Amino acid sequence: MNAARRILLLGGIALVVLGMGHGTWYAVFAEHQALDRMGGSLATAFTRAAEGKVEESATALAEYREAKYVHERQVDAHGHWIGLAMLLIVIGFAFDRVGFSEKQRQALAVGLVMGAVLFPLSVLLQTASHGPIPRGLSIASSGLMIAALAAAAVGFAMGSSDAREAK
Amino acid sequence: MTSPTPSVALETSAVAFARPSARRLLVLGGIGLILVGMIFGDIFAVFVLHQNAARVGAGLSAAAHAALAGDAAAVAAHFADVGSSLENRGTKVDVHVHMIAFGYLALLLALVQPWVGFRENEKRRLAWLFLSGAIALPVGVFLIHYVGLAYSPLSAIGWASIFADLGGVCVLLATVVYLIGLRRNFTGSASSRIADPLMAARTVAGKRLLAGGMTLVLIGFAHGAYYAGSDLYGHEAADYSILASVAAGSAARDTARVDASLIDYGQLQGDKAVKIAAHAHIIEFGLLAVILAFFQPYVGLREPWKRRWVSVLLVGSVVLPVCVLMELRFGLLAGGLADLGGLMVIVALLAMWIGILRYTGALDSRAERAS
Repeated sequence: MNAARRILLLGGIALVVLGMGHGTWYAVFAEHQALDRMGGSLATAFTRAAEGKVEESATALAEYREAKYVHERQVDAHGHWIGLAMLLIVIGFAFDRVGFSEKQRQALAVGLVMGAVLFPLSVLLQTASHGPIPRGLSIASSGLMIAALAAAAVGFAMGSSDAREAK
Repeated sequence: MTSPTPSVALETSAVAFARPSARRLLVLGGIGLILVGMIFGDIFAVFVLHQNAARVGAGLSAAAHAALAGDAAAVAAHFADVGSSLENRGTKVDVHVHMIAFGYLALLLALVQPWVGFRENEKRRLAWLFLSGAIALPVGVFLIHYVGLAYSPLSAIGWASIFADLGGVCVLLATVVYLIGLRRNFTGSASSRIADPLMAARTVAGKRLLAGGMTLVLIGFAHGAYYAGSDLYGHEAADYSILASVAAGSAARDTARVDASLIDYGQLQGDKAVKIAAHAHIIEFGLLAVILAFFQPYVGLREPWKRRWVSVLLVGSVVLPVCVLMELRFGLLAGGLADLGGLMVIVALLAMWIGILRYTGALDSRAERAS
């Protein structure tokens, strides 16, 4: 098994474990509390509105927005880590059919793994900071992932040297 | 060097697919999980999803109107109903998603089996552990809505959740141990000697699935990036501002504002749902096509039939997400076509699964004759 394939397979399985570990942690220690917080704050917002307490209603609604923002990103990071990890593993198996040199394949494999690690991480970082850095990282890492995947697709279309010899 | 013909690949890969092998367990279990997850998803979409969404919308509307009437107790009661409907919906979606994701993972683990540095009986036990967890988690999640907190020792987590989490731990543990097995193999010199005939096999059906699947994944990525850039943050801001408008309208006893905001909220949720569903489904189907490409030598059907089922799977994989995207504009017509696309994928997958069962049946009868 060549190095590029190894990078993709080990990177992919490690990322699956990371994604599942994160999902299990979130489900056990945070998700129920987050859902309770979302439901509770939304109900409070409307109850306060019924009582005519506009400011308290707005405060509760702001809490709902923040809780939902964090919850959606936690779920997105979990889903994307595992989804991208599976993609890495699948591409890893077919990587000998990519018609590039071994060095190019290694660079492509590193690009794919970096994109798959960084994109969900940047989504998770958005829960810590609403600033431009995590969002910028999201754009850059998703761009890297799409570019690397497109390059892999071109490589598959070109076919491996073995396949060309066979023709 | 020439690629082996499908029939040669079929013969040689039989060694790696012997009767009690971990690979065979994971392939049959994995496709089975995906099939059950998809059928569950289709049943859920047709019979539960829309009705549930209507209940959530009606509950939210009732809560807003109770707030409008200044009835705080009724607000709390309606939100309890909304919470229950959302939990019901959320757990059903989780069952669908996790069953399919575990199916994919089982197929991927089946692919890496030759490189896992354990004895076959150890790998088989791990496969059983994985499949047990992959079944326990969705079953547990399905029961969360019905079991609730009955007899639970914890304040926020019920028994169904505990069993679901236990299932997740089983899957995680099996995957970690497989990773250790892979690492053990890669750090030694044995990996360079292992040749998997399945990987060397090149079939026309496999090539079409690989090319079609990669295209679907790329389209899904591009659509996801477009959605994130153009809609995601706008949707989040609108979600908050519309709810704030409903609450402010209720406090001001402004019925017209509340009703208008509720309509906006329903449209926003619909727009979000179809875009996210289209993004997720096109990538999932692309990934499924690429994974299935590797297992085509195990599909015991004639070559023309294999190609037909590949075409059905790929067409269904395009029809479902495209029609889901058009649901807001064309309503039930697009929804019906989307369901048809899902059905095409399910039927094609079932045909491939039956093909693999035929292949394993041939292996078993050969083994029985030899004994």
